Amino acid sequence: MILQPATGIFTFTWVLVALPLLGAFLILVFGKQLKKIAPYLAIALSSSSFVLGFIMFLQMRTRPAGERGFVSNVYQWISSGSLDVSFGLQLDQLSIAFVLLITFVGTMIHIYSLGYMEHDENRGRFFGYLNLFVAAMLLLVLADNYLLLYVGWEGVGLASYLLIGFWQNKHSAATAAKKAFVVNRVGDFGLSLAIMTMFLAFGSFSFSAVNAGMQNAQDWLALTIGLLLLLAAAGKSAQFPLQSWLLDAMEGPTPVSALIHAATMVTAGVYLIVRSASIFNASEAARNAVIIVGAISLIAGAIIGAAKEDIKKSLAGSTMSQIGFMILAAGLGPVGYVFAILHLITHGFFKAVMFLGAGSVMHATNDNVNMRRYGGLSKLMIFTFTTFMVGYLAIIGIPPFAGFYSKEYILEAAFSHSIWVGLIALFGAGLTAFYMTRMVIWTFLSPPRWEDGVHPHESPKSMTIPMIVLAIGAAVIGFALTYNHVFEEWLEPVTGFEKPNAPISVFALTILTLTVVAAGVIFAIYRYRTISPTTPQEVSFLTQAARKDLYGDVANETLLMRPGQKVTKGLVTFDEKAIDGTFLGVANMVWSASRLLRQTSTGYVRSYAAYIVGGTLLVMFLLLIARL
Amino acid sequence: MRIPTPIIEYALILPMLIVFGAAVLSVGFEAFISNKYRRQSQVLLTVSALALALIALIIVGNTNARSLAVEGTIAFDGPGVFMQFIILLSSILATLIMAERRVDPAGDAFAPRASAVAGSEDEVIVTKMGLVQTEVWPLLLFSVSGMLLFVSANDFLVLFVGLEVMSLPLYLLAAMARRRRLLSQEAALKYFLLGAFASAILLFGIALTYAYTGELNFGAVSAGISANNNAAGLLTVAVGLVAVGLLFKVGAVPFHQWVPDVYTGSATVVTAFMASAVKVAAIGGLLRAFFVAYGGYAWDWRPLFWAVAILTMLVGSIVALSQIDVKRMLAYSSIANGGFILIGFASTSRAGTAAILFYLLTYSLATIGAFALVTLVRDPSGEANNITRWKGLGKKSPLMAGLFGFYLLSFAGIPLTSGFVAKFTIFVAAVAGGALPLVLVGVVASVIAAFFYIRIIILMFFSDPDPDGPVVVVPSKITAGAIAFTSVASAVLGVFPQWVIDYVSSVSVFLR
Repeated sequence: MILQPATGIFTFTWVLVALPLLGAFLILVFGKQLKKIAPYLAIALSSSSFVLGFIMFLQMRTRPAGERGFVSNVYQWISSGSLDVSFGLQLDQLSIAFVLLITFVGTMIHIYSLGYMEHDENRGRFFGYLNLFVAAMLLLVLADNYLLLYVGWEGVGLASYLLIGFWQNKHSAATAAKKAFVVNRVGDFGLSLAIMTMFLAFGSFSFSAVNAGMQNAQDWLALTIGLLLLLAAAGKSAQFPLQSWLLDAMEGPTPVSALIHAATMVTAGVYLIVRSASIFNASEAARNAVIIVGAISLIAGAIIGAAKEDIKKSLAGSTMSQIGFMILAAGLGPVGYVFAILHLITHGFFKAVMFLGAGSVMHATNDNVNMRRYGGLSKLMIFTFTTFMVGYLAIIGIPPFAGFYSKEYILEAAFSHSIWVGLIALFGAGLTAFYMTRMVIWTFLSPPRWEDGVHPHESPKSMTIPMIVLAIGAAVIGFALTYNHVFEEWLEPVTGFEKPNAPISVFALTILTLTVVAAGVIFAIYRYRTISPTTPQEVSFLTQAARKDLYGDVANETLLMRPGQKVTKGLVTFDEKAIDGTFLGVANMVWSASRLLRQTSTGYVRSYAAYIVGGTLLVMFLLLIARL
Repeated sequence: MRIPTPIIEYALILPMLIVFGAAVLSVGFEAFISNKYRRQSQVLLTVSALALALIALIIVGNTNARSLAVEGTIAFDGPGVFMQFIILLSSILATLIMAERRVDPAGDAFAPRASAVAGSEDEVIVTKMGLVQTEVWPLLLFSVSGMLLFVSANDFLVLFVGLEVMSLPLYLLAAMARRRRLLSQEAALKYFLLGAFASAILLFGIALTYAYTGELNFGAVSAGISANNNAAGLLTVAVGLVAVGLLFKVGAVPFHQWVPDVYTGSATVVTAFMASAVKVAAIGGLLRAFFVAYGGYAWDWRPLFWAVAILTMLVGSIVALSQIDVKRMLAYSSIANGGFILIGFASTSRAGTAAILFYLLTYSLATIGAFALVTLVRDPSGEANNITRWKGLGKKSPLMAGLFGFYLLSFAGIPLTSGFVAKFTIFVAAVAGGALPLVLVGVVASVIAAFFYIRIIILMFFSDPDPDGPVVVVPSKITAGAIAFTSVASAVLGVFPQWVIDYVSSVSVFLR
């Protein structure tokens, strides 16, 4: 696809980013003066971004398919010789899909936070951070080069760090924020190496130059960049082996978990891989690595989700597993890119609904997160229950809810790649049905096991309305996007598309999937006829492992942290002895030179005049030398 | 014998005429306006004359073709107009901070009488009598008109006249500080003696140039040099002496010793004026003399400029390290910056000229801002210039310390500051001109320089303040406005430099 210089409304692409950024700036700088109106300001700016994005989307639809991509040069810092530092934004079919998802879900969650954070003293700051996040995420998906994408990438990381640790006085929140930051650094390191490699190889950071360069790049180059990008994606999207931070990140306020750690930021890795399609198309080995990472995360996330008693952590495991689906799909190549993005969008809706539902439940039970102390909430919280059920039906993939379509297409693509990949994905779908059913039974349908003094009640309208809106989305968006293959045709010019060609017919595959899902549901119902309000200790090895996040932290500590600390210690010694020694030596030399030269400043005019005479002689000498 | 009447293009020299006329008028004010109203009238006259000259310059510059004027003695060309613009702009800003009366409880920055030592009985009496020093304003105006002439001179005689009209008032201005009277008077005397010495050397060089070519006009000198191949030794001496005289004004090593003493002794507001406008003028004169008059001789003088640039950058940066007085540190920083500008002389190309012009603009704005901030940090006895007294200033006045830190980062050349862009463009031009070793020394000097700039930032922000440390005075709106202007302009030049770079590239052709 050929990108065109932006014209008309598309010259205002920068406004999409600028609006929430302005909000963040105003709220964080003038917080005291804006205390009352800060939340409303944040909502207004984020929804304006959505409206503008929607108008652009409508405009884009009126144009022919090949002419829907625009670049606008926003800022050129310096252009001199070989150095040209300029920043541009790229708005095409892929980025507009993200813009709409981010601003729509983002706005809904802003509104939900009105109710959820009502009693928090610092809620002005909270809304400032939310706006900051939206701006950074939009920058990430609108950048037309990897360097600017990296700025957005770090920006969402920063916002995520600030929001996880929003309740700073909670020790676990502060620790979780730090952990998320550190683990993400590993991924970011991969991204920065990838970017440097691209610059070395192609002399540019821009998507178009990299795409052009990949046309005749060597295999090892595509593989190197691809693996580095995969490392980056794994860090940001909580995929194996960098998944550990996501479960801890649930310490943040629930709207944050819904927006950042379910619907948008954690899917940035999927965006990165799909955006870099030209690189992954060029290396089958890199694609296989992506599939393996996706498959492991898909199964591991589901197992963790099935063992956790903390509702948010269980949902976090589910997020990891669902993103595993998307990463797996992206690893399939042109046959899967479109469906990865499709599942990303449907997941954005149904997972947000469920997180908001979990928040609503916590709101009703004095911030308890232990599902063993829930139960019987279906009658008391009718809106929360209904919307949660919509999310539930969508995630396990019951037609006509959204998840059915996206998951079905991914399974079809997976089976057409290889039967084994297809079977793993199918097994993941069954596990999903199991742990989600478990969650619904424990929370809503089983007899109450409340703690003393808990009187569950429905949440205020500001919380239920966004849930209802998102639930409607979760119900219909799958059908709406796949009807007549609109989504495939929409993304095809950017990502490329091949029709999946599964060894079994689509109808048979659907029946097979629904059977597996039904089996998962029935097994869960059978397994959880009774639920103990305390945690049983005599459980299988797998459950024990899953409760400990499948030993993710233990692995991290033995494989990364301890060796890392040893290397660091070694480096510190080296630094002190060798580098500091050299540096201090040079510094001392310069320092002595400074003292010495200072002596020439005697303060006597006669010596100054003598210097001038001496200098004049030196000048003559130099000029004479030049003549020789 | 008939002497033809010279043709004078009044329009092209209008900005100079305005400043010069205002200077003469200002002398009249000094004589005829009563004590009570004199100060206000003088300040008003100075600011409005400079502003009017700036407006005239912009209009004249935009409506007239570039040409030589006044019988070929004045060059109305791109670099000349742009440097006049920088000089007028920085003079206006310097005037604004000189007019400040709020920061020093005793009044403005100037001694009301030469004998009145700060805090003495004398000063009290003189203040009671209502005497204020107003002669600074005509002196300032004369000096500015000299600078405007100096940077557009296309003739060695005009160059010399411009130099003297610019310098003589400066010697007096240096002597007028209210605080630290003796230091101020000593500085003025040193400046005068050494300045006279350097002027004599320059004049001798001009005379020898005349002896060699029989011409004083730059274009004719240039033609004379390429036509004449005999007695080249004479020319060598001539070029050397002119270089010494002009490099002295720039403050290049080894002719720099006056700079720290004079910058420290003068009132800080005067130092701001010297370090910005005067520096620009000095570089301007040097640029024109060597690019135009001696341009054809560049192969012979270039090694000299290499050596001087290297010495200036290194000595300026290294000696700044061990300074404990903020003004003295900034003086050495100014010397080092002069060295960076001299790198631009390594390529007598348009790119080199453009880079120098851009550097001068960014440097003079940042310098005025930095010195203006220095005046705000005060002890009961005057400015607290000792660096150790600035400990923890970031906690006392985050705004002041933040802005000062911003200027320091810019001097250090951190990316996204105007200082970085300026250094970068000059390095690029030099590399293109084949002066890679010079650029490498420049980078090393930048690293050394960054060390002492960042040391001050650390001192301001990461140390605890003294309980009996200095206070940061809130200045009047005028000074605050000047500081705000320089800060915003510096920030814009750092973040959006391209349009200014494009502009200076389009005006970088000298006429001859």
